[in-house]
Amino acid sequence: MDPNTENPNITPRKYVISKKLDSMFFGIYHAYQFVLRFFREVFVPPYEFKEIIHQCYEVGYKSLPLISLTGFITGIVFTNQSRPSLANFGATSWLPSLISIAIIRALAPLVTALIAAGKVGSNMGAELGSMKVTEQIDAMEVSATNPFKYLVVSRILATTFMIPILVMYTACVALMGAFLSVHSNEQTSFSMFFSQVFDTISFLDIFSTTFKSTVFGFTIGVVGCYHGYNSSKGTEGVGRAANSAVVAAMFLIFVEEIIIVQIVNAFR
Amino acid sequence: MVREQKAIDRSNAVISIKGLKKAFGDLEVLRGVDLEVYQGENLVVLGRSGTGKSVLIKVISGLLLPDAGEVEVLGESVEHLSTRELMALRLKVGFSFQNSALYDSMTVRQNLEFPLVRNSRNLRRKEINREVEDVLEAVGLSQTIEQMPSELSGGQRKRIGIARTLILRPEIMLYDEPTAGLDPITCIEINNLINEVQEKYKTTSIIITHDLTCAKETGDRIAMLLDGQFAIQGTFDEVFASKDERVQSFYNYNFTQ
Repeated sequence: MDPNTENPNITPRKYVISKKLDSMFFGIYHAYQFVLRFFREVFVPPYEFKEIIHQCYEVGYKSLPLISLTGFITGIVFTNQSRPSLANFGATSWLPSLISIAIIRALAPLVTALIAAGKVGSNMGAELGSMKVTEQIDAMEVSATNPFKYLVVSRILATTFMIPILVMYTACVALMGAFLSVHSNEQTSFSMFFSQVFDTISFLDIFSTTFKSTVFGFTIGVVGCYHGYNSSKGTEGVGRAANSAVVAAMFLIFVEEIIIVQIVNAFR
Repeated sequence: MVREQKAIDRSNAVISIKGLKKAFGDLEVLRGVDLEVYQGENLVVLGRSGTGKSVLIKVISGLLLPDAGEVEVLGESVEHLSTRELMALRLKVGFSFQNSALYDSMTVRQNLEFPLVRNSRNLRRKEINREVEDVLEAVGLSQTIEQMPSELSGGQRKRIGIARTLILRPEIMLYDEPTAGLDPITCIEINNLINEVQEKYKTTSIIITHDLTCAKETGDRIAMLLDGQFAIQGTFDEVFASKDERVQSFYNYNFTQ
């Protein structure tokens, strides 16, 4: 509809806003349908075990080097940045407790999820997007294979399973980095450091971190697959799918973090 | 090599389309298409780019849903099938894509195995290997079995695309622009392959093209899609004996260029 000719009450500005709102609500509805389709198909056989394991390998094992390095550096940097503030109060002996809370509750899940959103989410967006524009998804469909189940369900399950495991791994690596920093500055022993770490964290911390990581993993999978599976407009669309997958996943991870922290705090 | 004309049994239509309409937004692509395709024939659908030729075979294979009209394939109404029934029908309808659509992360062997393994899960490794080798031999590309799609030429990719379709032994083959973007010699090879496939596997085929040489060499019957409807149907000579200006201009453009 041309705003200048069809209806004199609709200015071009109003027209653009209404179009954008329209497209936003349509996008939300479309994404909702996509998630609903995932839940409809995930429990129905045939189950793509082989592809799920392959995707777990892609998501989990292939992310290990990057996650290890980032987790280790995060542990050292956070410890070094926290030390001066605690030293002002003569409370450097509290470093292991502070670090364990920060790493287990917030840093490990967030750092892992953000890195996975960048690495895995963009990979999924680009891979599925490229399969879509080169008709490989259609080819799968005409050869009597359900591409949604084979490509999308397996990827979402892989991220949902693997991100919590990666988060636990990141937490361990970050705590090791923190220990090295504490040990070299305060000469705290390994057993002393880790007994203080485990005394501080509770079951609720572990549970909430695992739950949060599962939600983050599901989000990364859904967003990456959604943007890739629905990409269009050729190679430009593939780039846009990869980019949108990362941006949307990161945004949603922060929103979910706020919501889950509020809920968990209500139980403390 | 012009295809030998053969007698077609017009009482046995494997594809029957009545009043098919399909639009994308405001753009009406198919405006009431009627078509019957008979057992064992090669039907060539000719038309300019953007006239809805590919849309037509995508509707036949259930990749797109019609806005109106009826599409019956092997006696089943495509738009009314459940997902499971549509999957079963797709095992009988092969689709060769314009750009081959090979899975670029898999080797030729894995590309060919993929539909077979997924649809005949009880097959043993030995049987799978034999099927793959047979179908590769049928398209004359046995030596490419361990290659990646990116290492193949355009003509080879087309052949592997056809082989991947043939491995499920379909009753109907849908070819989307099989000679598009290929050099004249490779075009002839692909045309011959389409004829060989029809003879060896006894398939019924719809060949979408705007290449008149391909149409002449492969088609038992030609149907010309103009302005969203079939303007004329018949043998190659019958169609181009037509006085319709649009048909003549299509012919002149192809054979005088």
